[in-house]
Amino acid sequence: MDFSYNGEDVVLSDINLTIREHDFMAVIGPNGGGKSTLIRLVLGLLKPDKGQIRVLGERPGKLTQALGYVPQNVHINDHFPITALDVVLMGCLGTGGHLGQSRRTRKECEKDGLATLERLGMAEHAHKKIGELSGGQRQRVFIARALMTRPRLLLLDEPTAGIDSGGRADFLNLLKTLNKDVAIVVVTHDLFAVSGYVKSVACVNHRLHYHSQEEIEGQTLETMYACTVEDVCRVQVLAQGLPGAGLKKRGDADGNP
Amino acid sequence: MEILKYEFMRHALAAGLLTSIICGIMGTLVVVNRIVFLSGGIAHAAYGGIGMAFYFNWPVIPSTMGFSLGASLVMAAVTLNNRQRADTVIGVIWAVGMAFGIILVDLTPGYNVDLMSYLFGSILTVPGSDLIIMGVIGALILFLVVFFYKELMAISYDEEFAGLRGLPVRGIYFFLIAMLGFTVVMVIQVVGLIMVIALLTIPPFMMEKYARSLGTMMAGSSLLGACFTMAGLYLSYRFDLTSGAAIIMVAGTVFLVTLGVEKIWSFMPRTVQPEN
Ligand SMILES: Nc1ncnc2c1ncn2[C@@H]1O[C@H](COP(=O)(O)OP(=O)(O)OP(=O)(O)O)[C@@H](O)[C@H]1O
Ligand SMILES: [Mg+2]
Repeated sequence: MDFSYNGEDVVLSDINLTIREHDFMAVIGPNGGGKSTLIRLVLGLLKPDKGQIRVLGERPGKLTQALGYVPQNVHINDHFPITALDVVLMGCLGTGGHLGQSRRTRKECEKDGLATLERLGMAEHAHKKIGELSGGQRQRVFIARALMTRPRLLLLDEPTAGIDSGGRADFLNLLKTLNKDVAIVVVTHDLFAVSGYVKSVACVNHRLHYHSQEEIEGQTLETMYACTVEDVCRVQVLAQGLPGAGLKKRGDADGNP
Repeated sequence: MEILKYEFMRHALAAGLLTSIICGIMGTLVVVNRIVFLSGGIAHAAYGGIGMAFYFNWPVIPSTMGFSLGASLVMAAVTLNNRQRADTVIGVIWAVGMAFGIILVDLTPGYNVDLMSYLFGSILTVPGSDLIIMGVIGALILFLVVFFYKELMAISYDEEFAGLRGLPVRGIYFFLIAMLGFTVVMVIQVVGLIMVIALLTIPPFMMEKYARSLGTMMAGSSLLGACFTMAGLYLSYRFDLTSGAAIIMVAGTVFLVTLGVEKIWSFMPRTVQPEN
């Protein structure tokens, strides 16, 4: 799959990636590498120039109901008169009936919403205006909103960027619990933090390098650990070039070596 | 209240209150969606409809509504994909609609004194029949906004997410702009097309900071708008002023004063008791 925003500068090329059920994938790569773009392609917000994307066997955009999404930028409409809880309740929209009428009743939804906020340690801020929350708190609200959609695949674009270290560990544990029945893709710059949780790593820098679970248990991850995120991709390419460094298990989903 | 002795005054009050409510509701949506300029465009383009009404001798409100609806849908179409960069096209429709109206009025035989009232409002001469039309449209808008409240809130706050949840974002946007077209024609009756934006946006601007939901912002703006309209109406009756201008002056003055007070307040050192 190829993609460019204006038809000239190719942002992503030769991407070939399969997200398996129950996967927990970290997407890493330098700024401007195309991580957010990749996520937006999967969501169907962007259309690929070449190649195709299938989500649960369907064209993206058809099955957005099954996808949960936490955008990278949570500072949209900061002055909007809306409470944290109401933002979370937007996650109830469009799950079933027509024209966004929720199948869940209002009551159920509100209970769910409060419980989700509670799980993210945001219960006491539920009735605050979204603009009165800090960046990290706002991020938690957006995560809660994505969880409310009861997705089968959860796409998180740098969800922990503004969250303190305590909250980050809690949040990753929460993701781990969710991972029992939801596939998760998380864009992150902090591979260290997620290393104990993820099952696979995709490195995006205009091209994509995929490392499955079996692979990262071996040598490659150690090589990656030694470097900053910006260096990871280059190092990985080198690592792949080395004999014996995880070349064997790249069968079903892989970028170009 | 001797002021209520006159039938035209009772009509004016009713028209003012109706518009305040509708302006509070629609103005809130205009402000949170940042489509103030677009509403101005619709208001001015609506003059084309007034021109057509005069030229073809059609009833004014229906033909203005039709024209304004058409103009607003064209604007919705051009702003659909990039709401920020559409101001040039809106500006063009704004001016062309107006020019079209002026030319049609030029071509209409006879001189129409009445025309000024569409530019500056004619709340003191609203006939009962217009009041009924306004009431019906107002009720319809109120009903639709209440019914589609969640959808409107979702696309206003986060269009992308609303789309991902499977809401028909474009449809709802068109629907919003169409309602705006109707609203604008109603408000033209009261303050005239030149001052529509003020009545539509000043109350919601003032409420935005304090409201915690769209609903409270709408209710608060309606109330605020009603106060402005009543006060302006009284002043215009008392001192024989153009009613639309009086209403806008009241709203504008209150707005600027509160803005000033807030500014001074935020500059005041918090630990020191203010002296007075
Ligand atoms: N809307 C857009 N229009 C044109 N080009 C864009 C747009 N969004 C992103 N790009 C370009 O696409 C490339 C990839 O951007 P993307 O946002 O996917 O990067 P990223 O990997 O998410 O980076 P970051 O770590 O900073 O979030 C960048 O070079 C950027 O300039
Ligand atoms: Mg990004």
